[in-house]
Amino acid sequence: MSYINDHLRHVYWNPYFGGFMLGLLLIATFYITGRGVGATGGTKSTVATTVNAMAPEHAHKLHYYEKYFDEEKNPMNNWLVYETLGILLGAFLSGAISGRVFVRTQHSPKITSRTRLVFAALGGLLFGFGSQLARGCTSGAALSGISVLSFGGFIVMLGIFGTGYLFAYFFRKLWI
Amino acid sequence: MGPLTPNGIISTEWNYVIAVLIGMAFGFILEASGFSSSRKLVGVFYGYDFAVLRVFFTAGLVAIIGLLYLNYFGYIDYSVLYVYPTYLNSAILGSVIMGLGFIIGGFCPGTSLTAVAIGKLDGWVFTGGLFIGIFIFSELFNMEAVENFYNGNYLGHITIMDYFDINPYGFVLIFTLLAVAAFTIASIVRRRVKQVFY
Repeated sequence: MSYINDHLRHVYWNPYFGGFMLGLLLIATFYITGRGVGATGGTKSTVATTVNAMAPEHAHKLHYYEKYFDEEKNPMNNWLVYETLGILLGAFLSGAISGRVFVRTQHSPKITSRTRLVFAALGGLLFGFGSQLARGCTSGAALSGISVLSFGGFIVMLGIFGTGYLFAYFFRKLWI
Repeated sequence: MGPLTPNGIISTEWNYVIAVLIGMAFGFILEASGFSSSRKLVGVFYGYDFAVLRVFFTAGLVAIIGLLYLNYFGYIDYSVLYVYPTYLNSAILGSVIMGLGFIIGGFCPGTSLTAVAIGKLDGWVFTGGLFIGIFIFSELFNMEAVENFYNGNYLGHITIMDYFDINPYGFVLIFTLLAVAAFTIASIVRRRVKQVFY
């Protein structure tokens, strides 16, 4: 069993097969719902709900949450929140059958796990902020946008990956 | 004719069931492709692993071509599909900030969720960062300058065809050739770059 687990742990799908499956999923998603997938929408709903629970008056003053609290609907009752729960379930399933579910911090041997965690938090903060500015992240704006040939979707894709390449040199110590 | 929910063929009560199922497939595919590993994802920027490039381009092309075919054969009404709107200011600055977040944090939001699901603490922390980033943005949004910038240079729900005045099939051909070229170059680069084991 442990042999199988060790063996499977680093065996991922062929990337072209993974891409093909992801493409089919996007087609199915557009065919059924008329929209693409997303990954930050559910997070945004959670932030809005949290702020509302801790400081309701303040939350209602924020223009950014306007459409969430307009009709006193529950922002957690949202397509993207359910989809996000699905992402967690599906990823857990895939990880579980390949023996990849256990607690650890993944980092380059040249940095400590503490350094990795600090930069992960900082990167998450930037990505969260950027995704709100751009009205979507790699999933909702870039991938789903490209599927229907949205002009903005291509801009976001080029922006994300272009910037990654531009700054890769400065952060190389974190990774290689 | 599709899309099914907007055209009333599937009732909206099924929405959330479908949402969970689509999410599950999405999470499964991302994790199975290795996207729960930040070091695998970031490989695309250092040339030691091009999984991101291969998965992303393949998925995009399959989706573009598949949806055009469905439209051509009359199975889907392309004009009803949601086209991500183009706000030039915010799309450019937002994606630059996201790119920085990617190279620093090693994930994007969807992939960090898959890392959360399999117990990677760096994924948990990245997702925590996402919450804080979104919180900061929503606080700053009350400033008029931010909201104006956010809504600036709006071009509408435009597609590549609208912007460049070309037909979709010609564009798809060009995009496909670009993808094949990118895959080939990626394979050559990967052979020359020092391998990283993770």
